[in-house]
Amino acid sequence: MKLAVWTYEGPPHVGAMRVATAMRGLHYVLHAPQGDTYADLLFTMIERRDHRPPVSYTTFQARDLGADTAGLFKSACQDAVDRFAPQAIIVGASCTAELIQDDPGGLSETMGLGIPVVPLELPSYQRKELFGADETFYQLVKALARPQQRTEAVSCNILGGTALGFRHRDDIREITGLLAEMGIAVNVCAPLGATPADIARMPAAHFNVLLYPETGESAARWLEKAHGQPWTKTVPIGVGATRDFIAELQRLAGTDAAPDDSRLRLPWWSGSVDSTYLTGKRVFLFGDASHVMAMARVARDEMGFELAGMGCYNREFARPLRALAKDYGVEALITDDYLDVEAEIERLAPEMILGTQMERHTAKRLGIPCAVISAPVHVQDFPARYSPVMGFEGANVLFDTLVHPLVMGLEEHLLAMFREDFEFHDAAGASHHGAKAMRRAPDDAPGPQPTGEVPDQVRDGSGYDIVWLPAAERELKKIPFFVRGKARRNTEAFAAERGVAQIDIDTLYEAKAHYAR
Amino acid sequence: MTRLAPPAQGGCRAAPVLKERGQREVFCGLTGIIWLHRKMQDAFFLVVGSRTCAHLLQSAAGVMIFAEPRFGTAILEESDLAGMADAQAELDREVARLLARRPDIRQLFLVGSCPSEVIKLDLSKAAERLTQAHAPRVRVLNYSGSGIETTFTEGEDACLAAMVPVLPETQARDVLIAGALPDVVEDQMLGLLEAMGIGPVRVLPAHRIDDETAVGPNTVFALTQPFLAETRAALMRRGARHIPAPFPFGEEGTTAWLAAIAAEFGVSADRFAAVTDAPRDRARRAVARAAETLRGKSVFFLPDSQMEISLARFLARECGMTPLEVAQPYIHDAIHGPELDLLPAGPRIAEGQDVDLQLDRVRADRPDLTVCGLGLANPLEAEGLTTKWAIELVFTPVHFYEQAGDLAALFARPLRRRDALRLEGAS
Repeated sequence: MKLAVWTYEGPPHVGAMRVATAMRGLHYVLHAPQGDTYADLLFTMIERRDHRPPVSYTTFQARDLGADTAGLFKSACQDAVDRFAPQAIIVGASCTAELIQDDPGGLSETMGLGIPVVPLELPSYQRKELFGADETFYQLVKALARPQQRTEAVSCNILGGTALGFRHRDDIREITGLLAEMGIAVNVCAPLGATPADIARMPAAHFNVLLYPETGESAARWLEKAHGQPWTKTVPIGVGATRDFIAELQRLAGTDAAPDDSRLRLPWWSGSVDSTYLTGKRVFLFGDASHVMAMARVARDEMGFELAGMGCYNREFARPLRALAKDYGVEALITDDYLDVEAEIERLAPEMILGTQMERHTAKRLGIPCAVISAPVHVQDFPARYSPVMGFEGANVLFDTLVHPLVMGLEEHLLAMFREDFEFHDAAGASHHGAKAMRRAPDDAPGPQPTGEVPDQVRDGSGYDIVWLPAAERELKKIPFFVRGKARRNTEAFAAERGVAQIDIDTLYEAKAHYAR
Repeated sequence: MTRLAPPAQGGCRAAPVLKERGQREVFCGLTGIIWLHRKMQDAFFLVVGSRTCAHLLQSAAGVMIFAEPRFGTAILEESDLAGMADAQAELDREVARLLARRPDIRQLFLVGSCPSEVIKLDLSKAAERLTQAHAPRVRVLNYSGSGIETTFTEGEDACLAAMVPVLPETQARDVLIAGALPDVVEDQMLGLLEAMGIGPVRVLPAHRIDDETAVGPNTVFALTQPFLAETRAALMRRGARHIPAPFPFGEEGTTAWLAAIAAEFGVSADRFAAVTDAPRDRARRAVARAAETLRGKSVFFLPDSQMEISLARFLARECGMTPLEVAQPYIHDAIHGPELDLLPAGPRIAEGQDVDLQLDRVRADRPDLTVCGLGLANPLEAEGLTTKWAIELVFTPVHFYEQAGDLAALFARPLRRRDALRLEGAS
């Protein structure tokens, strides 16, 4: 047993729902108790879909147990096929039905439904949502894809897009446009937008474009083995990765056609002088492994940030993420406990967090700027406007997304220059909050303010106390609040390294000189 | 202080009830934790369940999750399913860790889920054992919020019913009010009863374990929520007597509810009028404003909270709406009967659900307003129907006089919005 409040991933049958809801002409019959329909609202509310997810629940209750839950399942199956006339169905059990062992696969196969029935084995007590999506898509492809001739013109499938995917809708549109400019046709995009009949003709493509390894890699591997289709290994998030992705496509398609990159603005925006202040901003990355790994490159090489740390919640991808973190010289954090992530963030004291919905809240609590780069996300991250994160427009979107939470360079300078002016002192509050809001200083924990005469004590890792002398504490306060945390941490590290027990003004400036870039 | 007049064409109590079984688009009882934990300030709700349970609570609780909430899920893992003894030891360990980290917790509820019920994990035994282990600081109780046994608000019922047997015994002629209300509403209710000279008034659930009320053979009790059948039965087993009444929604409902208690305590008509006349008038005026939008419109209730019959009564009698179908997850004659007497004859009364068949009826009826869950609301809006999502009615203060106008406005707003949006071009 493990106590949880927040979970990064839902149970695996929610992953299967993500595949079913992404597709058309497919229905999911889920053996599940009353109440499991809650998952419908993830799709109708968060993703704002205008139709019910194509899922029928058996809705068994206590009085059905030991009587005829198998019969309930069969009638739900028959009703779903009669009412919705799907091309194929997937059947499976939620966590509770897994315990009563009715075997949805076996039951539905004996029914003679006249359409393909794909049974799912999703171990609810071991695996999670992303596994559920990956496995469901794999089982569908394995069951439905038929050997066939390649298309005459070079074509590919786009794999991995699902319902409830972070920016999947626009990523796929962006990448489809990029492929078109290179003269590569899209044979099938799946699961998002595909029908079971589309899945059947996937082997006609020359190769596969895998955009989301978390939800499409098993299918990509199987298609490679069974139908000889190679697949792309680069996730095209960021300028460099998109260029590598294009090179990969050129090799796979045997073409030297390149897409139009005239609308790519990230390189110039990032190179312009206003971006200079971004240099060396320490960022912490957390999310699903693929987005984190891709964003690490964007953060360091395209925005000029420094990586403070990185991690992911999906253990399935721990190995590549650990390897990449090592390359970047940071430690990998593999956990699905948001409290561990919060502790790591507090320890590292980054200047910016790139993460999920949970990190957004952690960042808010700690007063650190944050941008969302990965699911799970809330309703505002399924925007109405076009907002891919992949390809060239994706790079433009990322630049804006990553810069907006940070104080703009000019503002930073103005604040430093005028910081003793009455409008800008620490307790003034933001004017757009009508001066009522008290700004939260990331550095000063809420509670009694130091009087200035009582030295502030800190304890470093070696259990040895470092004391801030009042004058140094006052000097520290003169540093703009958004860099004060970094200054305090650097100074303490500097003092600890040298065995200095008391921090005075000199120590502060020695440390500043030491860390000066 | 007379009883409410029944409708001219008769009520719905004798109407045939359409009983359906099939796919139910409803929440399970675990959802009740979301509002119960806010009411009971020294309680922690520990669900023993699966990742699905944790995911449900997260989806239902939204941003509340980030405020260090007093609930969580002990997620069962593969190893817990192997042997029973092991699961109990695991539970003890998790509870000990939790209580060590949260010394402010005085009551712990072990909440059963579908998985824990199916593997027959004995949470009542666990609660007894843990009560002994953590006495006297913490009392541990258990109830089931599982989907196989409870529908949405029945989770609150199961929780309160679990508390009744351990309430201290009293011989006093107290009045006990059962049902978790928002604090602002509870204070209004207590103010009204006090002004009539009725008291002492006890509430279930109380804010804290120490100001909990007692119960005994001279206790009389009233319910503020229509979903408290088990709690009612548990209180009657302790010898308490139920004061049946319509529920305090709208001006009429609130007046009838107060009148039933006033009659029990022999409050004079003058006194009753002195206390209620002004707020009644305020409530009538507030409702009248929202009712301008609602009058003459039809409404269809899908089953959700067991508040549907009471709300349909309010909308029909005070706002001039025409209910077409009123469905509840369950209908208990002793509790919903007085409401059915007041609901004007006409609508289909339904118990249970087969969601696809019911949606066929919604499409055939094309009601002006459909009250339904969040899983159905947007899909129905996309079909051109106007909806009001039901869960808001459970979280928002809607009871008693001062909230009557807000209650009507919750139903009026979607209709006003439909009229307000102009999305076509000018030509």
